[in-house]
Amino acid sequence: MTVVGIERLSTPADLERLREDLRKRRDPAAKCVRVCIGPGCVAKGAMRLHELFAEAVRQTGAEVAIEAKGVGCHGLCERGPIVIVHPGNIFYQRVEEPDVAEIFRETVLGGRVVERLLYEDPASGERARTADGIPFYKAQQRIALAHCGVINPASLEDYIAAGGYSALAKALATMMPEQVLEEVERSGLRGRGGGGFPTGRKWRSCRDAAGEPKYVICNGDEGDPGAFMDRVVMEGDPHAVLEGMVIGAYAIGSRQGYIYVRNEYPLSVERLKGAIGQARELGLLGEDILSTGFSFDIRINRGGGAFVCGESTALMASLEGRPGEPRAKYVHTVEHGLHDKPTNLNNVETWANVPTIINRGGEWFAAIGTEKSTGTKVFSLVGDVVNTGLVEIPMGITLRRIIEEIGGGVKDGKAFKAVQTGGPSGGCIPAEHLDAQVDFDQLTKLGSMMGSGGMIVMDEDTCMVNVAKYFLNFLQDESCGKCTPCREGLAQMLYILDRITRGEGEPGDVERLEAMAELMEGTALCALGKTAANPVLSTVRHFRDEYDAHILDGRCPAKQCRGLFRYEIDAEACKACGLCKKHCPVDAISGEKKVPHVIDQGKCTLCGTCFDKCPFGAVFKV
Amino acid sequence: MAESKVADEKLVDGIIDHYGGDEGMLIPMMQDLQAGCGYLPVDQLKRLAARLEVPMSRLYAVATFYASFRLAPKGLHEVTLCVGTVCYLKGSGQISEMISKEFQVEGGGTTPDGLFSFRPVNCVGACAVAPVMIVDGKYFNGITLDSARDILRGLSPEEAPAESEAQK
Repeated sequence: MTVVGIERLSTPADLERLREDLRKRRDPAAKCVRVCIGPGCVAKGAMRLHELFAEAVRQTGAEVAIEAKGVGCHGLCERGPIVIVHPGNIFYQRVEEPDVAEIFRETVLGGRVVERLLYEDPASGERARTADGIPFYKAQQRIALAHCGVINPASLEDYIAAGGYSALAKALATMMPEQVLEEVERSGLRGRGGGGFPTGRKWRSCRDAAGEPKYVICNGDEGDPGAFMDRVVMEGDPHAVLEGMVIGAYAIGSRQGYIYVRNEYPLSVERLKGAIGQARELGLLGEDILSTGFSFDIRINRGGGAFVCGESTALMASLEGRPGEPRAKYVHTVEHGLHDKPTNLNNVETWANVPTIINRGGEWFAAIGTEKSTGTKVFSLVGDVVNTGLVEIPMGITLRRIIEEIGGGVKDGKAFKAVQTGGPSGGCIPAEHLDAQVDFDQLTKLGSMMGSGGMIVMDEDTCMVNVAKYFLNFLQDESCGKCTPCREGLAQMLYILDRITRGEGEPGDVERLEAMAELMEGTALCALGKTAANPVLSTVRHFRDEYDAHILDGRCPAKQCRGLFRYEIDAEACKACGLCKKHCPVDAISGEKKVPHVIDQGKCTLCGTCFDKCPFGAVFKV
Repeated sequence: MAESKVADEKLVDGIIDHYGGDEGMLIPMMQDLQAGCGYLPVDQLKRLAARLEVPMSRLYAVATFYASFRLAPKGLHEVTLCVGTVCYLKGSGQISEMISKEFQVEGGGTTPDGLFSFRPVNCVGACAVAPVMIVDGKYFNGITLDSARDILRGLSPEEAPAESEAQK
């Protein structure tokens, strides 16, 4: 992880010289294979592809300069593993091990395109050679993810050659802390972790608070299920997070920072640790940064696997070595935070936006997005959508554009039912609001919220009562138990929801849920409890008929809740193969060869095995 | 046994020294202890508590609050099933039920034969390829009831896995 042959940088001018030197040494036409090693591609075997390309480069010998590097997430995870070959930035998708030799021979060495590995538009059938030609990328604008998929995240040289740490040098050498603050305020940047609080104002409050030392924290405890934006930034561009933090610390007047990373993200920890080591070695972190007299260092803490630690006061409790229990919000953490000292906490994506804001100016950033939600936002677009992956869009574009244009619409030709945003504190937005703009305020108006950026598309087969139950179950597990409304309220709400999904709901249950929700919102201690009822409230608001169908008719319209629908066999489609009969655990299926099979509804336990096993799709739900 | 006790004491002392005995770093210390032993053995916790001069109840509070801490040894293999929103909607809830039933293991526990520890977790951040199961650090994406069962049945009772990505 050390930076070979580069000495500690003593001044901002040294950094510029190094950058010039690195750029000169790099031939812009040099051959380069970029293998995506983001979470989606790695799960599909991209690490092995990277090894194979590196091996191929070694075998080619020294006469041709070729680089095979692993890069951060490209975003289009659905089509992973993704490999990009320069020159030409040829975009190959769904690359498998046997394709490596062909890509290397044809494209890297021969300069020819392997047509069959290009992206083919499902609608037009047209093939795209580069990412620019793919609809998924057209409406996107990358700021926080600018380096993801381009640079090798483990290489500080790559980051510096791409302009890295120039914002830090600019801030330390040419700006007073007050000017940095003003620039961030002008940008209108709001917290990307979900709260949406103006970042500049938070920084200013912390700087103005009495007490020393002051702490700066990066919240990398990305706990929302269905979200992996921060993971991708930490793993794909770790130096951007560090650079943002150092700039923030300079503006606030802090000497010590912490990054709190989720326990489930071991690679994020590794990358950040490596990056911190490199930055210290070059004098971009630690004592007397670039000889400007400013000192700041960063320590990494791993979370322990508790969702509530994403809440700022719980996170600070955890950093003090205690169970992550939140405390009341009226004591502000910018005044009394970690160890009771003024503390400024921002989310990973927020920090990653800072260098660009300093470099290009607050006004430039504020011109992107809407008036009150400036800039871009990264979303993990997942669920029943064709193009699952990570997208970064300017604030203010509609949900419809994200889901239909970028996401390619709902999978398997099914009908759209809802999109869930904001994680467990968010809500479900139905089809009639798809033309709503995506920004902090619009999503809140619809009963959901921006949250950290999970965007889960659900098709017609999704039971909204079951979705609400899922989130409540999640929150009940993760409630720290400190305050009674959250601890007991969630248990009671879950009890009612569970009853409804078992067909034992009673008239008045929905009203009981609503009353409980109001109580929790007014009395719970922290945001987890206050917003815990959102998944229930938003589904009741937009899908009340589904609740009524469960309660009044004992029927699950999406046919997902066991017991509230039954299985039957379509006599026309049944080929009498006997598979269902063989696998039925309770012998509820009868039938002979060439005679369509029948389910005995009296014996059937609704386990669904026949539905899964039938190769002809003859078993259906009623 | 006497030798291993000395080694264990050295482990705890080394961890404490690494963090300069800072009580605020209790969680990282316990994480390192677990990384070294595979779980949190009670004797080591007692030594940690004594040297940091904090009550044992505080360590126990931390160990039981955070899902990643284990107070009992883990199985030969490590099976993590994602039950985050997307994985759940794509069937990981049923897969979790199947594993508990067929392999007689509750979430957070270990099979009676010690073959594997089973941990359902809230989102591993690989939602785009859901549902996801991680066995000894290796990702299996788009799993089904059948494929999950096959993977677990194929686990070797003799061979411990090579050092996995998750443990690095």
